[in-house]
Amino acid sequence: MSALQKMMGWIDDRFPLTSTYKAHLSEYYAPKNFNFWYFFGSLALLVLVLQIVTGIFLTMNYKPDADLAFMSVEYIMRDVDWGWLIRYMHSTGASMFFVVVYLHMFRGLMYGSYRKPRELIWIFGVMIYLALMAEAFLGYLLPWGQMSYWGAQVIVNLFAAVPFIGEDLSIWIRGDYVIGDATLNRFFAFHVIALPLVLLGLVVVHLVALHEVGSNNPDGVEIKKHKDPVTHIPLDGIPFHPYYTVKDIVGVIVFLMVFSAIMFFAPEMGGYFLEAANFVPADPLQTPQHIAPLWYFTPFYAILRAVPPLFGSQFPGVVAMGMSIVLMFFLPWLDRSKVKSIRYRGPIYKVALALFIISFVGLGYLGLLPSTPVATIFAQVFSVIYFLFFLLMPWYTSIDKTKPEPERVTG
Amino acid sequence: MKRLKNFLLLLAAAPVLAFASAGGVHLDKAPVNLADQDSLQRGARMFVNYCLNCHSAGAMRYSRLQDIGLTEEQIKDNLLFAADKPGELMKVAMTKREAKAWFGAAPPDLSVIARSRGADWLYTYLRTFYRDDSRATGWNNLVFDKVGMPHVLWTLQGEMVPVHKMHGEHEVIERLELARPGSVTLAEYDAQVGDLVNYLVWMGEPGQLQRKQLGLIVLAFLAVFFVVAYYLKKEFWKDIH
Repeated sequence: MSALQKMMGWIDDRFPLTSTYKAHLSEYYAPKNFNFWYFFGSLALLVLVLQIVTGIFLTMNYKPDADLAFMSVEYIMRDVDWGWLIRYMHSTGASMFFVVVYLHMFRGLMYGSYRKPRELIWIFGVMIYLALMAEAFLGYLLPWGQMSYWGAQVIVNLFAAVPFIGEDLSIWIRGDYVIGDATLNRFFAFHVIALPLVLLGLVVVHLVALHEVGSNNPDGVEIKKHKDPVTHIPLDGIPFHPYYTVKDIVGVIVFLMVFSAIMFFAPEMGGYFLEAANFVPADPLQTPQHIAPLWYFTPFYAILRAVPPLFGSQFPGVVAMGMSIVLMFFLPWLDRSKVKSIRYRGPIYKVALALFIISFVGLGYLGLLPSTPVATIFAQVFSVIYFLFFLLMPWYTSIDKTKPEPERVTG
Repeated sequence: MKRLKNFLLLLAAAPVLAFASAGGVHLDKAPVNLADQDSLQRGARMFVNYCLNCHSAGAMRYSRLQDIGLTEEQIKDNLLFAADKPGELMKVAMTKREAKAWFGAAPPDLSVIARSRGADWLYTYLRTFYRDDSRATGWNNLVFDKVGMPHVLWTLQGEMVPVHKMHGEHEVIERLELARPGSVTLAEYDAQVGDLVNYLVWMGEPGQLQRKQLGLIVLAFLAVFFVVAYYLKKEFWKDIH
């Protein structure tokens, strides 16, 4: 026995190192037919690590203080060695996280990755998405620009729309009657400690659940149904390492090229990743003419604005916005189709999914614009489609004409 | 299918909505060229001479001007009016309270003004002050109506007065006309403001040239890495069918 083997033996007697490595990498059998859409899971993990590491370094020079925060970001941009790079990585990473996660979720919708037996993976995933939105919202206050300030003001005021307790609730969240130093301090605490811990925990359970049941694939058929009689390895499965690790490296490089192109040459991304108004320090006495949330929140913001107030209260809009996310949790049970993958679904689901994506993107676009009567009508139409995609799903998926699934995965 | 078509039509109409919601004064294109160090240096001198009396640039150190080709000696001898050492930040002596009393609002810090306002806005703004006796300062501005700032550069540009025309029932300003010439011609003035705006854009992010240079190196590295990774993947996957 070599020294290395001896050492591994010593560790394995005390910690399941080899067995964990096998279970999750070298003997985790993934379907061999993953396509383009399967890059975004590992990319999301990459961006998470990137955000945590850059976040740690930003924390070393950022000052969570209403008087100092804005200039401390500029200090990082100018006087800290490589500070500008760390900061742009973090700001670009925030938006790219949502790009990757939205594509990852779209993959799930296309191939039915949320269906039995992967309901919990999907639910943990929606929880990750929720935590990610909270994390992004909290983090956006920290640069303490005008959009940070007024964006936070608008969102916290949503809680004030809750009947009876709203006013007290919003004061409790802010720690003040307006967004102020107390709010900045607590948002900082939540952004750098609380939410990252929640996110990491959820990512672990998301992956544990995935590796328990095994990955879905573009055909939506279970590879575990056909195993080698001797080795019990799925016939259409290949070890994650080295096959998907070497494949994901290619995806990572392409992703990093896109990421770098934005970060080095257009870090503001035309005002979508860093808004122009956020280069003005927060001023509680001056409301900007147009307050728009960052692009990844705008679909939900558009739903909020599309719902008319009831008795002068915005609460119905807040409920609609909440419901638009809560509905996602029920997706595994709303879908009654005999098949999982879009490849074998009938025309109704394909049209429904296309309409849903158009509505979601349309809402995202409308959420960026100032509210006008015409835009509101568009937003209402899109909102109705958004909700009907979920609410009518049990009906249209059960009457849809599906094609027979293949026994084994195809190409 | 007809429904789908209707929605696509609706979607196609969406950009029109965006256009309709924009508006305001036409902005002139600023001649920004960060590779032109002479222009940046002229802009820096103008900035220190004219702007830095009331506006601070609290994130900017004088010593950083070395990035646009000035030596520490040149900075010390020509630009340090309000500070003792080149390592200091560009602050002003005026306090916020005084500023508020004198101008109605504290002049904003200009460190990142080009990033919030945009180069074209600044370029147009600095060239469209006009005489308006109804204002306390005697000046008004085409892109920033009722601005608190007086026309600091008027000795250069001269005095502009508005030429009105009727737009429906309202009288609107059609253009500005030079009533009393300044020390330079309007074309020279445009060039000087161009230098100043060029400098403001540079000051908004002094590391931006370095950022783009590094970006090219990183992309080149990734391109090479891609080729290696692609063939590595191909080699591993050749047995998978």
